[in-house]
Amino acid sequence: MTTTLEAPTTQRVTQARVLRSEWTKLRSLRSTVWSLLAALILIIGLSILVPAVRVAHWPPPDPNDVRNFDPVGISLGGTFLAQMAIGVLGVLLMTGEYATGMIRATFAAVPRRLPVLWAKLGVFGATSLVLVTPAVLAGFFIGQSILASKNLDTTFGKPDVARAVFGSALYVVAVGLLGMGLGALLRNTAAAISTLFGALFVLPLIVRLLPSDWQNHVSRYLPLNAGSAVTNVHNDAGSMAPWSGFGLFCVYIAVVVGLAAWKLRRQDA
Amino acid sequence: MIEARGLTKKYGEKVAVDDLSFSVQPGVVTGFLGPNGAGKSTTMRMILGLDAPTSGTVTVNGKPYRDHVAPLHEVGALLEARSIHSGRSAFNHLLSLAQTSGIPRSRVDEVIDAVGLRDVAKRRAGGFSLGMGQRLGIATALLGDPRTVILDEPVNGLDPEGIRWIRSMLKGLAGEGRTVFVSSHLMSEMALTAEHLIVVGKGKLIADTSMDAFIAGASRNVVRVRSVDNSALSALLTGPDVTVRTVDADALEVSGLTTDQIGMTAGRAGITLLELAAQQASLEEAFMDMTHDSVEFRPTTSTGAQR
Repeated sequence: MTTTLEAPTTQRVTQARVLRSEWTKLRSLRSTVWSLLAALILIIGLSILVPAVRVAHWPPPDPNDVRNFDPVGISLGGTFLAQMAIGVLGVLLMTGEYATGMIRATFAAVPRRLPVLWAKLGVFGATSLVLVTPAVLAGFFIGQSILASKNLDTTFGKPDVARAVFGSALYVVAVGLLGMGLGALLRNTAAAISTLFGALFVLPLIVRLLPSDWQNHVSRYLPLNAGSAVTNVHNDAGSMAPWSGFGLFCVYIAVVVGLAAWKLRRQDA
Repeated sequence: MIEARGLTKKYGEKVAVDDLSFSVQPGVVTGFLGPNGAGKSTTMRMILGLDAPTSGTVTVNGKPYRDHVAPLHEVGALLEARSIHSGRSAFNHLLSLAQTSGIPRSRVDEVIDAVGLRDVAKRRAGGFSLGMGQRLGIATALLGDPRTVILDEPVNGLDPEGIRWIRSMLKGLAGEGRTVFVSSHLMSEMALTAEHLIVVGKGKLIADTSMDAFIAGASRNVVRVRSVDNSALSALLTGPDVTVRTVDADALEVSGLTTDQIGMTAGRAGITLLELAAQQASLEEAFMDMTHDSVEFRPTTSTGAQR
């Protein structure tokens, strides 16, 4: 045994140091790299596939398809799948620590705990935003260049187009943060993933069973409808305004994260 | 120095740790001994602030662990099972923990070499054997050059060479003036490593004493005697606190008398002795005596007692 244990320099835990630690954790897991890569491939892949199909079958037999043609939405269909990849990754980054027991080492190193939650949200949010935004931009321009062959394309300068493109990236990242918050709150992968997708995709189906005048009041405030308003160039009359909808989605995330933080401080690890 | 005062942890109705008060001093290896389920791991988690006590307090160097600004320098811990993400390499595991406290990369390399994991440092920890996992856990504990080291069952899964290595490391750390607190359910291991013992059973404190006093105080310090006439001899062995019982058909076990006293008595009566031996209790026997009533999971057959 030849450990030399010389005196350390100052070993204070700071938020910046915990951020660096969480960045190391994020980049050192293969599952993270694969999930992020999958999200990017889905966004760009579908921006080629869907516009190519539409161009090949133009004009469509149904005149409504011509009238409601949405060049932005058609080029960004991959974000629907990307939100699942990012959402699941958000859950796993949190619940993976509980499942493996890593959380005990993490909280032994940072006994105040909350800096870990903030660092995880910050590192994951920033990383996915930095990767998803260029992918969405690339998907938009690739899709438009394909649609241009039948003069179906739109441009970045048209009203609400830039907002919808950047909004799509923001929405995907926000779903990831919601997943992370649910992971911290529930500490269990299966529970957190089913809650995430239940809240996003099953709630709208249940609301559809309500009387139609109720539906109109409730539907727009559901997480999926509120959050995705910012991703559409044209929204239905019944939906929320783009940024207020996204704002409400952020409030939902804040509530989940707030509960998770409260539980993190109080409950045994 | 670790100080627990009235430390209690309940999970619903079940009391895991029951009003424990003890202190662990620097400079010696203190063993934390008790059967499985006695509350050792729960106590260690409470020291690290991972579990909150239901009542009572525990401090490390005068403060609750959570209030230390440089926690990894205060306490290094190896916790039960593995506290390692299986998808991450040993190096990145250690690096990520080191970074929370600004501990440099060079220190990560140092502890990897110290525990002998250099060859596998870049491999995913999920593929590690139990022994390699233990070594990685010990590397984690040493990262911050801690003043207090807490190890939960460190010899689990280690080969004999690894066990010897742990022993000398623990004594070395204590020799440097650090507080060393090591749990085990293996009495033989404690006998070789610890100078001081804290013994628990069913969450309660059974003993807080030096190793020597613990063994000496055990009730099984007896003398084994065989003679040509056991019944005549046992009739002569009388006195306050003296008990004699027959064992193995032709031998006596005498407590309360020394070998000298028994030999003299036999000589005066002309009884030839065939065997006369003082039997000091092993730590294991002392432990079994003391925790007799506090073993939580008693096997129904004599096999399968050890996990």
